Amino acid sequence: MLITKELVEYVAELSRIKLDEQSAEKMEKELGAIVEYMEVLNKLDTDGVEPLSHVFNITNVMREDEVKESYDRADILKNAPERTDETFVVPKTVE
Amino acid sequence: MEWEIVMGLEVHVELATKTKIFCSCTTEFGGAPNTHCCPVCTGMPGTLPVLNKKVLEYAVKAGLALNCDITRYNKFDRKNYFYPDLPKAYQISQLYLPFARDGHVDLITRSGKEKTVRIHEIHMEEDAGKLIHSAFGDATFPDYNRCGVPLIEIVSEPDFRTSEEVIAYLEKLKTTFEYLGISDCKMQEGSMRADVNLSVRPKGSEEFGTRTEMKNINSFKAIERAIAFESARQIEAIEKGEKIVQETRRWDDNKGKTFAMRSKENAQDYRYFPEPDIPPISIEESTIAEYTAAMPEFAGEKVVRYGEEFGIAKADAEIIAGSKYLAKLFEETVAICNNPKEVRYWIMMQIMYFMNERGVAPEDIKLDPKKFAQFVNIVAADRINKQTGKTVFEAMFFGDDSFDVEAYIKENGLEQVDDSEAIREAVKAIFALNPATVEQYKAGQTKVVGFFVGQVMREMRGKAKPDTVNKVVAEELSKL
Amino acid sequence: MDILNMTALEIGSAIKEGKITSVEATKAVLEAAKSVDEAINAYITICSAEALAKAAEADKKIAAGELKGPLAGVPIAIKDNICTKGVKTTCASKILGDFAPVYNATVVEKLEAEGAVVVGKLNMDEFAMGSTSETSYYGATKNPWDTNKVPGGSSGGAAAAVAAKEAICSLGSDTGGSIRQPAAYCGVTGFKPTYGTVSRFGLIAYASSLDQIGPVAKDVADCAAIMDVIKGKDSYDGTSLDVEYPEYLKSLNGDVKGLKIGLPTECFKTDGLDPEVSEKVKAVADTLKAMGAEVEEVSLPFLDYVIPAYYIIAAAEASSNLSRFDGVKYGFRAADYDGLVDLYNATRSEGFGNEVKKRILLGTFVLSSGYYDAYYRKALKVKAVIKQKFDEIFSKFDCIICPVAPSTAPLIGKSLADPLKMYLSDIFTVSVNIAGLPGLSVPCGFDKSGMPIGAQIIGATLSDAKVLNIGYAYQQSTEFHKSFPEVK
Repeated sequence: MLITKELVEYVAELSRIKLDEQSAEKMEKELGAIVEYMEVLNKLDTDGVEPLSHVFNITNVMREDEVKESYDRADILKNAPERTDETFVVPKTVE
Repeated sequence: MEWEIVMGLEVHVELATKTKIFCSCTTEFGGAPNTHCCPVCTGMPGTLPVLNKKVLEYAVKAGLALNCDITRYNKFDRKNYFYPDLPKAYQISQLYLPFARDGHVDLITRSGKEKTVRIHEIHMEEDAGKLIHSAFGDATFPDYNRCGVPLIEIVSEPDFRTSEEVIAYLEKLKTTFEYLGISDCKMQEGSMRADVNLSVRPKGSEEFGTRTEMKNINSFKAIERAIAFESARQIEAIEKGEKIVQETRRWDDNKGKTFAMRSKENAQDYRYFPEPDIPPISIEESTIAEYTAAMPEFAGEKVVRYGEEFGIAKADAEIIAGSKYLAKLFEETVAICNNPKEVRYWIMMQIMYFMNERGVAPEDIKLDPKKFAQFVNIVAADRINKQTGKTVFEAMFFGDDSFDVEAYIKENGLEQVDDSEAIREAVKAIFALNPATVEQYKAGQTKVVGFFVGQVMREMRGKAKPDTVNKVVAEELSKL
Repeated sequence: MDILNMTALEIGSAIKEGKITSVEATKAVLEAAKSVDEAINAYITICSAEALAKAAEADKKIAAGELKGPLAGVPIAIKDNICTKGVKTTCASKILGDFAPVYNATVVEKLEAEGAVVVGKLNMDEFAMGSTSETSYYGATKNPWDTNKVPGGSSGGAAAAVAAKEAICSLGSDTGGSIRQPAAYCGVTGFKPTYGTVSRFGLIAYASSLDQIGPVAKDVADCAAIMDVIKGKDSYDGTSLDVEYPEYLKSLNGDVKGLKIGLPTECFKTDGLDPEVSEKVKAVADTLKAMGAEVEEVSLPFLDYVIPAYYIIAAAEASSNLSRFDGVKYGFRAADYDGLVDLYNATRSEGFGNEVKKRILLGTFVLSSGYYDAYYRKALKVKAVIKQKFDEIFSKFDCIICPVAPSTAPLIGKSLADPLKMYLSDIFTVSVNIAGLPGLSVPCGFDKSGMPIGAQIIGATLSDAKVLNIGYAYQQSTEFHKSFPEVK
């Protein structure tokens, strides 16, 4: 089995998602089934095929370097669950 | 045992565009927290990045100036990690296909050593925000003004062996980008930031030691100190039989030490993948040809030309050409007054003095080349002497737009007196006041000539033309 | 007039002719929502006051001749992953809390400029991840044909609201079938345009390279009229296509003579395909054949690979797109946490539902160090193969016709019990998103239990007008799209 308990814990940590034991087990089982099913891809020979990230061959979509007015700070902050008049607020990131 | 230090640099340079890399907010430095922000740069749901044309232009120019191969088809990727200075929780950067690779920079260090440093790659990316930490309490306040300011990251090969080489490299990057007009590279304001990867190994060894990465170094002086500290720390550890841990270390400038940054709760796994919101970039041959043709004359080329064309000594030429702003002032002033030697003299004597002693930054020099040339012409015509010239130059240098050289000299009565008769009167008066010294001269003590010249100059309040004073003093002495 | 039984275009004409007003039409929809939505749960937010004010404004402008478009004054409902300025936009997730965007999505700007009236925000699977609309934090949406069954998903609210006549038309989004499949389950018409045809600016991303906004309506003509409003290059979306767009509504002529239609052999041989679905979908081809089209079998040799490729790409992008929901800038923040990392962990663990968490973990896995090449990179190669095969097919065929889903709408609770099977039921829709193609879902009959069946018409890149016209031709000679359920 590719998907192990340790692997589920690792990706959960990377994803900043906490799983209790029960949901970790369920996740392991369900992800295991999906990932196992995905093995079917190995049947398709893709040697020499270039990975396609962007479906259409368009390039260089750019904008001019012209300043537009920024938003009101009140609007930038208004949806924040915790804020001051000037900034967002998070727990201290340094000791 | 003799040790060798091995270093590679990752240099972040902010590009001097008007707007951010993916939205139209201003990049202006400063500003109250979160006032240079919009839904795009604060990562609001549903927003999308659109690349700023100028960023690509500046980046490619930088790549060409550092002799890189420009990746004709390049792409952006997402680098995923959670931190409050990164509102989308991913940084748009370039991993798989950076826009420039395999370049090199030729250096001459302060002690005159030549060196070539290889550039591994350069990529474009967006800057993160700033975190303001509360002095009391346990909160941090994210300010997203810097989010989305365009950066290029220049990754060198591990080619550095001394801090002198590192400094020469950073100085070279700074002048090169100044000449290109793509960045002001101010380390103090963070528009140029260097991370130093450092390891040590026994001299002669081919293998690399375990490296540490030093961050948060924000001046040339700090870089020298940080390298000295960290290399000594590593050597001491190895000699004690300890293992070097591959880690990121923060330079503390006040303590003069590096500290291991708190090891993250988990290993870094950035899960890079192609940024789906930004179509790939293709760079045409014609664009590269156009940029190449429009490359400015860089410092090295200027030094040679200043020597050949103006007879400026290499050491002086290197200082003048070492700053785009000084070089521009020099060239524009010379173009008007056609007197490179005199222009060089005032730059080296006065402007360098203001820079070294009074902290004037070259980019802040406001001196108008027209006024500078006018001043040089006045000095060259002997209308003021060098001593008075310093006074006038200082007034002109720090004066505002309305400063008028001629008017200043006139108002302060600084014009040189070349009136032999007036000077002769003064000489006679000095002789009369100093009969004892006159006797000394008569007794053969010729060294008192200088005393008389000095006294006459003082009497004339410095305005007398020194040559004429010398001449008249000699004439009068011969009459005694 | 029986406003609720009218199409969007009929309402638009009636308003212009002075037979009804936009306010009347809007009121009718709001009242319908009030009476039936308790049973259906298609709406998360209903904006009565705002809508009535906008409708009154539209009436004035129409009278003054300032608004002339076919949708001026017509009420429309919007899926709740599309940003509406000042109106709560939730993605049906707890984590967005009371998030009220400070800007409008480009499609909303365009609709409002046209005088269309946004009446509310529609229920969906949380973050558009699902095929049933059961994963909504705001409760499952029910299928109006049988409220014990799912309406499909993720745009379940968009389809159910139109089918229950509590919306005239709506905007959904389609990442792997999320417009077409609920349209099929609810017996309405839904269109997923060519990728890049409609701006994604303001669409809260699930999988950026696959997401596309599109219309859900009573018929193809309404879909074409909505497409005419929302299509086009947007300077705020780098992936929106800068091409010459046709007038979709005007190009509907019902002529399919000489068109070459492919019936993909593998689709009709898929395990678990309901024979009734198979039969009714094939009958669509027969109808078009009778109208002058040529029908031929065609091979889709990559069908086995589309589901894994889709779930790898979609989950990977989702894991990154949903990282911004961290309890700092907007939305929900957990009440109890100890320090920064725990703030993230607690907020995201409490704020996301299980299906979303599962896809985030899957996406994180396929991008993580050591697995990227085997999964993500491989999926991008499969994508290249799929794209190339479709290009080959569409060099010979004008469109292909296949089922939207292997069966009609399942019972509530049944799909989520077998997640892998649920993923597999996307088999006919996801390849359209992988290759960026236009796909239309049209009602084509009912199964024995009276549940609607949908047929899918897929065309080449940027052949949206042609795909719509084929669906239009079909609806000219059939009545299935005119059947609506009695909501009990």
